[in-house]
Amino acid sequence: MNGSLEISPGAAIRMIAGREIRFRLTSKAFVWTTVALVAAVVLGGVAAGLLADRETPPQQVGLTSEAAGVADQLVATGRAVGVPIETREVDSEAAGRDLLRSGDLDALVTSTTPELTVVVKQTLGDTGAAVFGPLAQQLALGSAVTDLGGDPASVAADIASAAPVVTSLEPAPSVDGAQIIAGYIAGILLFLSLMTAGQLVAQGVVEEKSSRVVELLLATVRPWQLMAGKVLGIGIIGLIQIVAVVGSGVVTAFAFGLVDSSSLNLGVTAIWAVLWFAIGFAMYALVLAALASLVSRQEDVGSVISPVIGLMVIPYIIGISIAPWDPDNPLIVWLSYVPFFSPFLMPIRIALDAVALWEVLLAAALCLALIPVLVWFAGRVYSNAVLHSGGRIKLKDALRGAPLSASPS
Amino acid sequence: MTVLSISSLEKSYGTVRALRDMTFDVHGGEIFGFVGSNGAGKSTTMRIAVGVLSADAGTVTWDGRPVDHAIRRRIGYMPEERGLYPRMKVADQLVYLARLHGLDAAAARRSMERWTETLGVEERRGDEVLKLSLGNQQRVQLAAALVHDPEILVLDEPFSGLDPVAVDVMSGVLRDQAAQGVPVLFSSHQLELVERLCDRVGIVRAGSMVAVGGIDELRQTDERAWVVDGPPSAFASSVAGARVVSSDGSRTVVAVGPSAPDDVDQQLLRAALAAGPVREFARQRPTLVELYRHVVTTEATPAAELEEVSA
Repeated sequence: MNGSLEISPGAAIRMIAGREIRFRLTSKAFVWTTVALVAAVVLGGVAAGLLADRETPPQQVGLTSEAAGVADQLVATGRAVGVPIETREVDSEAAGRDLLRSGDLDALVTSTTPELTVVVKQTLGDTGAAVFGPLAQQLALGSAVTDLGGDPASVAADIASAAPVVTSLEPAPSVDGAQIIAGYIAGILLFLSLMTAGQLVAQGVVEEKSSRVVELLLATVRPWQLMAGKVLGIGIIGLIQIVAVVGSGVVTAFAFGLVDSSSLNLGVTAIWAVLWFAIGFAMYALVLAALASLVSRQEDVGSVISPVIGLMVIPYIIGISIAPWDPDNPLIVWLSYVPFFSPFLMPIRIALDAVALWEVLLAAALCLALIPVLVWFAGRVYSNAVLHSGGRIKLKDALRGAPLSASPS
Repeated sequence: MTVLSISSLEKSYGTVRALRDMTFDVHGGEIFGFVGSNGAGKSTTMRIAVGVLSADAGTVTWDGRPVDHAIRRRIGYMPEERGLYPRMKVADQLVYLARLHGLDAAAARRSMERWTETLGVEERRGDEVLKLSLGNQQRVQLAAALVHDPEILVLDEPFSGLDPVAVDVMSGVLRDQAAQGVPVLFSSHQLELVERLCDRVGIVRAGSMVAVGGIDELRQTDERAWVVDGPPSAFASSVAGARVVSSDGSRTVVAVGPSAPDDVDQQLLRAALAAGPVREFARQRPTLVELYRHVVTTEATPAAELEEVSA
């Protein structure tokens, strides 16, 4: 008549984690949060891409027949200073002036000797000055070189290749815009996802406690199995979410060429962001599960987990307010090795490319070394507290007390 | 014979002594009703029996073995404050609990189907538990206690808040389980129901068992009493040792002491008939309600003595 068989701890944890995953995946809150995060990342990328693609329209420069020979040099100078230029020959200076007045031309070059002569409608403007200034100097230099019997072309080549040899004693890290944005996103994303997933664990523990379903569950599984299954299940859900968000961000960035001109290593940053989520989640989830087991009502969850939430806010604020502007700030560097802080700070430093691989591995190793201690702590507190209904239990009582579920002896 | 044995349980919550020397047995195939006022220690005893609470002292054994994790998973338990995931569908929930108890997927599903049908909630399988009426939630809760085919049933107030039809359904299920050899321990404040359903009853007061035994055993009193409807109450004076307990219109309650002869009832009936026409003549036994009132209001009766009587 008895259908109950002993199930292995692994099977129990798998079933418990499976329930969490199925339950969350079908919950509207989870689906919509994920959709909203993915949409925010993709739309942000699309907006950035559109802004970057809006190039300045080429300057239209008219050349009279006397000045036609300077066309190639003009375009080349424009390219060198970042101003695209299109040239067209005009029939006469008068025709060119008409085009200037009608706005079809931005500038009209009427002669190159003895001096570069440019006609504009009102002013040359900054972009015009940036092109025509150097051009005039080149022309003047060229004619001087010719007068001295030299070859202007070879002189120009020598000048172009001349550059100072600079030795930097304390080289400042070069951080470009894409890296700063990636640093921000890494910081915000890790904070949001660790916070959300951590709170899900806390609420899940109290849900089972307040609905008393824990009394049924613990008749068949051990407290540590229940806690491990819950942490694992919600962790997988959190990973799914962060992989979706990070993945859509990476795809968007590549699709719009957002990182083409940057030294940001997007792939490495993305992979480390996911790994740091996993490490950070394991640590925070264990602590939050233990603390949540001390209370019996959802209303009390907030007060019991608020110290930990505060602990998450500190590295987040420090990380996003200092690191992008000063990646080598000693505070950032040192805090990024502190176990509960590194999951927030290391991803930012990685995005900024301001950290060596050994530093990342050291911080990860410190976190991983702490996890067995956290497992012991959380397992003990949870086992002692989870069946205790009623008021809030003191943490030290839960740590000290004999397991309430032990069989009477 | 399998027996769930609760012996000498002690439990204190701070300065409050919830249980003192709580001792009783529930045999396989027996329905045991656990009655007592609120806070008397019924839930505490049951929670210790299923292992969600630890006792300060005392033992719970099943077949002579202390109840450990392996035995605990063969108990079907219905907690007083109920315990199901509010936002999980009935069918998913029952299958999940059955699977955690070691049933394979197919067996778990079959068991869920069987119990939802038996308990009349098969239409609700796809609904979240919090959308069910309280009565239906309770049926699902009983299904959750039964879905892994337990060897022992411990049910804390399974009947509270049920309509008469649901009470009948649940009573039927408990009888079936007992018929299969399962010991059924349940608590209730519905004493008529306990009287009707239980093989044995335990009355608890202030953390101790003050009376244990079969219903008839408990109703056995030293004094015997009869209700006589018809003649005026004076007829009783002609029978030696009889005294009138109460008289209400044509109804008289007459009692005799323990030393009265066995045929004293015949003497009483003859005396009554001699005094006038008799419309009713019935032995009056105390109901469980009266026993309960008597037990919970009298000062500490030595539990051990009663234990001797009922053992």
